[in-house]
Amino acid sequence: MIEARSINKVYEDGTEALKDISFSVKRGESCSIIGPSGCGKTTLLFIFSGLLRPTSGEAIINGEPARLPDMKDVALILQDYGLFPWKNVFENVAIGLEIRGIPGKEIKRTVDSLLKSLNLNGFEKYYPKQLSGGMRQRVAFARALALRPGILLMDEPLSSLDALSRENLQNFLLELWIENKITMLLVTHSIEEAVFLGKKIVVLSPRPGRVVKIVKNPDAGSIEYRDKEEFFEKCREVRQSVEAT
Amino acid sequence: MQGSETKRGSYLIAIILIVIFWYILSVVVNSPALPPPNTVLLSLISQARTGLLEHFLISTYRVIYAISLALSLAVPAGLLSHERAIDRFVAPFLYLLYPIPHIVLLPLIILLFGIGDLSKIVLIALIIFFQILVTTRDAARNVSDYYVYSLLSLGANKRDVYRHVIFPACLPKVLTAMRISIGTAIAILFFAESFATTKGLGFIIMDAWSRADYSGLYAGIVSMALLGFILYIILERIEARVCRWV
Ligand SMILES: Nc1ncnc2c1ncn2[C@@H]1O[C@H](COP(=O)(O)OP(=O)(O)O)[C@@H](O)[C@H]1O
Ligand SMILES: [Mg+2]
Repeated sequence: MIEARSINKVYEDGTEALKDISFSVKRGESCSIIGPSGCGKTTLLFIFSGLLRPTSGEAIINGEPARLPDMKDVALILQDYGLFPWKNVFENVAIGLEIRGIPGKEIKRTVDSLLKSLNLNGFEKYYPKQLSGGMRQRVAFARALALRPGILLMDEPLSSLDALSRENLQNFLLELWIENKITMLLVTHSIEEAVFLGKKIVVLSPRPGRVVKIVKNPDAGSIEYRDKEEFFEKCREVRQSVEAT
Repeated sequence: MQGSETKRGSYLIAIILIVIFWYILSVVVNSPALPPPNTVLLSLISQARTGLLEHFLISTYRVIYAISLALSLAVPAGLLSHERAIDRFVAPFLYLLYPIPHIVLLPLIILLFGIGDLSKIVLIALIIFFQILVTTRDAARNVSDYYVYSLLSLGANKRDVYRHVIFPACLPKVLTAMRISIGTAIAILFFAESFATTKGLGFIIMDAWSRADYSGLYAGIVSMALLGFILYIILERIEARVCRWV
């Protein structure tokens, strides 16, 4: 369960990033956040993951204020993947488990099976710069999923990928959500992606980000949705409220 | 492997060219002050039997001790400069003390550490300490918050951040600083060994010089070049191993 209670964020230099943000995402629900660049989407995810504190208001995760390092149920995937260039694929995926003090044998077992399920086996020794964008993104997913999070926060995870890997990974995320009942919060600036993946779509205004509209999207949750008339109808609806901002 | 073969080849070519150039120069100059390489080689071999190796090892010990000492102080201090509060405290000391030519502190060093080995080591260490500190500090201050956030979001504490982000991110810069420091260390080593000692390559060179034993003098110089070369090779091996990601 994720809850934003009238969150305001003003940076030290006076930049107003977020204004009176309130919405909630139920356990097992998926929610997309869409808004123009610079409207405070990354700031909002940083607040939910406990990296930043709101200036006023509260970010509540599973009933508690978001505060590191006690955020074991939350995994964050940063914009541009957040991988460490000095760690190879295996080390990048293992790092979260290592920090939590999981024994090496168990780490190896978890990482090996994740890499296999993401088609990354054989690339353990590669460094991020040797991988394509799609592969880097899968490494970032593997790292987040290694922690078996109940809540997954993602900052424009697919925006720098080509159309094909993008659609593949959208399907991957959808299956992940359906099979594991993960609570997902996905920042994107693609309307189609927001509609395909979010049961709920939060539309933000330009900076300072305010909630313009929360669009309900009950039909999301199947691969076939992408080709249905309801999907295109919903995209039109979201586009209208984005353009109205 | 093919890479290291061609590398070895190009080192060989460089050595051959230097020797040829040296030989021609010695013929042109035609003075006892520049003996040809074959004479120096013979002197090197005969001296190796009569104690040159011991001097070589003592010089090696002094340089490696000094570099280790400087590294073990400069790297932690430099990395901690990532902390703004610490840097605000450290930076003024750095800017006030760095520009001093530290070699003029020799009398003070001798006063504090005597005229033995330790003061020679401290002198070398002091000078390269600043070189390594300045570079490491710059690198630590420039580590992007992005990586720090990335690690913190996984539940990391401060120690994890230094171990998994700040240290590895700065390591290439530290190794570059070390490369520069090796050259400096050997130059200071020569100076430090030219007084108050009867051991080391610096002593060999000064001693041969005062006796006008020019082939002995060049044997010392060649040994010193060899010492620097070996240190560079070791550093390069380390770099190739730990900086594969760059
Ligand atoms: N550390 C910071 N200090 C000051 N301003 C910041 C900081 N981080 C982000 N901002 C500003 O806050 C606004 C929102 O940024 P961000 O959350 O990154 O937007 P988005 O992710 O929607 O593109 C932008 O105008 C950005 O320049
Ligand atoms: Mg952003």
